[in-house]
Amino acid sequence: MRHIISLLMVNEAGALSRVAGLFSARGYNIESLTVAPTEDATLSRMTIVTSGSDAVIEQINKQLNKLIDVVSVMDLSEGEHIERELMLVKVRAEGGDREELKRLTDIFRGRILDVSAHTYTIELTGARVKLDSFIDAIGREPILETVRTGASGIGRGNRILNQ
Amino acid sequence: MELTGAEITIRCLQEEGVEYVFGYPGGAVLHIYDALFQQEQVRHVLVRHEQAAVHAADGYARSSEKVGVALVTSGPGLTNAVTGIATAYLDSIPMVVISGQVPTFAIGEDAFQEVDAVGITRPCVKHNYLVKDVKDIAATIKKAFYLAKSGRPGPVLVDIPKDVSAQRTEFVYPESVKIRSYNPVGKGDSIQIRHAAQMLLDAKRPMIYSGGGVVLAEAAGQLTELVRLLGAPCTNTLMGLGGFPAGDSQFVGMLGMHGTYEANMGMQYCDVLLAVGARFDDRVIGNVEHFAQVPRKIIHIDIDPSSIAKRVKVDLPIVGDVKLVLDELLDVLRSSKQKPDAVEMASWWKQIEEWRVKGGGLRYKNSSEIIKPQYVIETLHKITNGDAYVASDVGQHQMWAAQYYKFNHPRRWINSGGLGTMGFGLPAAMGVQLKHPDATVACVTGEGSIQMNIQELSTCKQYHLPIKVLALNNRYLGMVRQWQEFFHGNRYSESYMDALPDFVKLAEAYGHIGMRIDHPADVEPALREAFARKDDLVFMDFRTDPGENVFPMVPGGKGLSEVVLAEEL
Ligand SMILES: Cc1ncc(C[n+]2csc(CCOP(=O)(O)OP(=O)(O)O)c2C)c(N)n1
Repeated sequence: MRHIISLLMVNEAGALSRVAGLFSARGYNIESLTVAPTEDATLSRMTIVTSGSDAVIEQINKQLNKLIDVVSVMDLSEGEHIERELMLVKVRAEGGDREELKRLTDIFRGRILDVSAHTYTIELTGARVKLDSFIDAIGREPILETVRTGASGIGRGNRILNQ
Repeated sequence: MELTGAEITIRCLQEEGVEYVFGYPGGAVLHIYDALFQQEQVRHVLVRHEQAAVHAADGYARSSEKVGVALVTSGPGLTNAVTGIATAYLDSIPMVVISGQVPTFAIGEDAFQEVDAVGITRPCVKHNYLVKDVKDIAATIKKAFYLAKSGRPGPVLVDIPKDVSAQRTEFVYPESVKIRSYNPVGKGDSIQIRHAAQMLLDAKRPMIYSGGGVVLAEAAGQLTELVRLLGAPCTNTLMGLGGFPAGDSQFVGMLGMHGTYEANMGMQYCDVLLAVGARFDDRVIGNVEHFAQVPRKIIHIDIDPSSIAKRVKVDLPIVGDVKLVLDELLDVLRSSKQKPDAVEMASWWKQIEEWRVKGGGLRYKNSSEIIKPQYVIETLHKITNGDAYVASDVGQHQMWAAQYYKFNHPRRWINSGGLGTMGFGLPAAMGVQLKHPDATVACVTGEGSIQMNIQELSTCKQYHLPIKVLALNNRYLGMVRQWQEFFHGNRYSESYMDALPDFVKLAEAYGHIGMRIDHPADVEPALREAFARKDDLVFMDFRTDPGENVFPMVPGGKGLSEVVLAEEL
């Protein structure tokens, strides 16, 4: 099953490689991993999207907690949470397609950030499925390149990752 | 007064009460060696290979409650140390390794003798640090010692660039450490402990299975009391030997791949299994699915939550310091009016006895013609009164030592269980002997393993370490040969050691005493003579039966009850 794990860690050199190394050494999957400092510059917050059996996910949680730099870990998918990902897509936009692409972008509440004679660069934010359906909607054919950040997640309401 | 980073490093070691640093010098650690030279409190032991420095620090730590310390230079010094670090990591041995690094300004430039020490060691340390500022040295070393010995112990590496060891700053050794993201557990959950007590009291066929965690936690006394209080059978893992006295009637022997029949059958068919400081690893319970086929309730006490439910499902996890948890469990049991059901317990013991008879116990056919390796170990036990420190290498000889040297005390059996590192024995024995100068220290090895760190005979000479080396010389990489005999149609691919050195002459060349023993009748006299030489290292080359195999054996991937006993072959 797909899990989205949130963790806080001390902003030490090499902390990211400890997490990445743990996943590769123990053969765990990483679908995506995002990381950036928080409002407290000594801490970084990471969101890891992974998948595995319940036993594997339990081990992932425990092994992450065992890393000396890790302050706290939460499996967001165990409860109510919000997940967002940012995608930038550059598409070929010519002739009649330009109008259609603009319309689809509006429907998906995206924005066109850059326009050239032959291309649009579209920005879209949402959960993974939404970004996937946008790609399906415009079709692979006009896409020149895409870049996605991977999911960032946060718990709903009182679900807070403690420091 | 301002001190250099190197002086600070040594001052930190002094503050930590370090007696010995095992190491080898080189460019990146020259300042540190210079600082070492100018003081007397911390003594340095010059090994002949960095791997041995780490194993010696490891043996020192295993035989005591102290943190082992090693010091190596950058690049090849560090890479040579990695096997030792990984060995300590897999057996959770508290250790601090200090490595030199190229100067900060050269890092990343493929400088002479530069390797990414933090990157290379990351998967085999509890934690590691690259110190980039002289002001951070003291606090980092303080943290390193704290991490190494608290919680689940392990090796910690501190990598110090050469320029940092030359810079100066005020020396202040922090009084205490606090690492925000690290809070090792202490006591276990009291409610869980009560549940555990009840499950044990209600059990009809209880079994206690303990590992290296009991030894590391200094909880052998508690474990022994618990086993006696319950009247249940107890088995130890390879790492846990000595955690419960092997001479006790409730001891059913070691379990696992070369464990006794009764221990393995007891594991498989008990109704309540109490696992203490052990981790159900593959060499211990074999095939997990097979193990899970028989229902039993499992209580698992461990300091590391990630050891629990890693390979087997656990009914009652208790995370905590093994010693504190056992203390509390003992309190609950002592104050309970309920006692284990005597009738059930008696019939459980009857069953175990039947297994003991069926398995035939640990046995071998002695010979008057050819030396049986088991006989050497039995004789070693006899003439040392079972009271020696026994450091071992890896292979058949290791299993025979584990089986036949009945360890009654913790920290006497020094072996690389997790990584299975050939070459561990002799340097580990050096660490043990330095820690216990008056104790009898034996190194049980094979002609294969000993050659992986034989250069340390030179270190032993320099520091007058009167270790008794027992090489069980079967002219084969015996354990490899055994697997080839069983599983590869007797095709002994590269397991025969041709052109072995004359070990007697070799020992003499290093300034020691060498003995070659060819006949069973000479085994005991030779051992007596060797051990009577209190001040000398004696290297005994026992020419043993090349065809001997280790039994019982649970073949890799098989279940605990699918054991091969000696007579079946
Ligand atoms: C460094 C290392 N290399 C290879 C092995 C694989 N191995 C395990 S036991 C063994 C044979 C050991 O031979 P020896 O030391 O002569 O002991 P014996 O089994 O004959 O008692 C080997 C090669 C190992 N454990 N460690």
